[in-house]
Amino acid sequence: MPNTFQHLQAAHCENGVTTNLLRSVGVTQITEPLAFGIGSGLFFIYIPLMKINGGPAIAFRTMPGLIFKRTAQSLGIEVVRKTFNSPAKAQQFLDDCIKSGQPVGCQVGVYFLSYFPKEYRFHFNAHNLIVYGKEGDNYLVSDPVMETTNVLSSYELERVRFAKGALAPKGQVYFPKAAKPVSDDQIRRAIVTGVKRNVRDMLYIPGPIAGVSGIKYTGNKIKNWRDKLGVEKAGLYLAQLVRMQEEIGTGGGGFRFIYGAFLQQAHAYHKNDSLLEISKSFTQSGDLWRNAAVQAAGIYKGRITSQADFNIMGDYLLEISELEKKAFKELSNVQWQK
Amino acid sequence: MKKDEIPQDPSPLDKFTKEVCYAVDESGKYVTELSRGWEVKASALGITWEDIDKKVADAKQKVDKGELSPIAYYIELRVMDLSIVSAYTGFWKWTIKRHLKPSVFKKLSTASLQKYANLFEVTIEQLKNSSVNA
Repeated sequence: MPNTFQHLQAAHCENGVTTNLLRSVGVTQITEPLAFGIGSGLFFIYIPLMKINGGPAIAFRTMPGLIFKRTAQSLGIEVVRKTFNSPAKAQQFLDDCIKSGQPVGCQVGVYFLSYFPKEYRFHFNAHNLIVYGKEGDNYLVSDPVMETTNVLSSYELERVRFAKGALAPKGQVYFPKAAKPVSDDQIRRAIVTGVKRNVRDMLYIPGPIAGVSGIKYTGNKIKNWRDKLGVEKAGLYLAQLVRMQEEIGTGGGGFRFIYGAFLQQAHAYHKNDSLLEISKSFTQSGDLWRNAAVQAAGIYKGRITSQADFNIMGDYLLEISELEKKAFKELSNVQWQK
Repeated sequence: MKKDEIPQDPSPLDKFTKEVCYAVDESGKYVTELSRGWEVKASALGITWEDIDKKVADAKQKVDKGELSPIAYYIELRVMDLSIVSAYTGFWKWTIKRHLKPSVFKKLSTASLQKYANLFEVTIEQLKNSSVNA
């Protein structure tokens, strides 16, 4: 099979890998927003007792791996997924795939990822990239968040594929099993499945820490951070929130803008104008998240540090929670075309 | 966010890549656009690293004073914690905690020291004399 893999840059790594892998097997309609929406990628969770790099564990998207799994499944595409105990076997398997012309999605850790800037190299193990070729001892790598492709030596690739710690990738590889074009009708149905599942995750997930109630919960917590943690540590916590929300990989506004783009693209498959209106609510929500980030920056830079400033910060999240609740309620009432 | 409001601030990503942002154009349609960075998040990353640097300096001071072994310094320098060190070296967390005591560290076998040296990407000599080499 000739190597025809095409690198397309995306905002988020797993969306990008999903999009590029599905395109490589002939799903020409797929785009990053469609992959994100069909995979029900939008989420919010704050896990109070867990710490990441000493800060709060907050996520704006669904669990790593789910977007590819759900999107492929919704489109009726079978997936090969494998982890390994032996690095040698993991490399052999990858080499065999590449030889047969199969681009391969890999889960990796970013700490040893040599082409990343030092400032971004934390011990984070749920990054995704595609290996699409090999020249001598070097692997050709398509990392969706990067503008261009990169090269990793076999040693460098093994190191990131066998990074250790939380969410250790264990050499995980994944790719669609066979080339299979997908009809517009399948996309249309997959969109409905994706939206309904996202409504469920954001509105009806049990417990106070996730979905729209998780946003409210976090807003109320933030108001107590100043007293509980002191200004400096509270500032570091807010900086972590902003990084999870805005850093490379999110498309801005905690993935809310990508979701807005998804609803607009969904409109091409379901001619229901309420999708366009609801898309605007997500744009508004993303904008509010960004205003909150500006407020947070004022706090962690030490410019505004009074309790009133923390209250304003918390209130942003309460407002966002209400807005997203309303938007998802509207989404759950959309009349889908059969 | 509107397309013409996408920030283009200096960022640690300069020289590496620009990132994809989603925003709406004049007609309200979503488009993608490359962004250099945003000052708000560059400073979030900045203060995170300032905090790490502070922890590294604290650890170094404790190593110099003989309160902790050099392993404590390298754990901070490499942005690790006990769980991560344990996952890479295969030592139990409580074993690593013992190795943080200078008296225990001094008696470590070459094999054990080598495991730490590999992880921290230094030689055993550098590991032992971290206060000189840091």
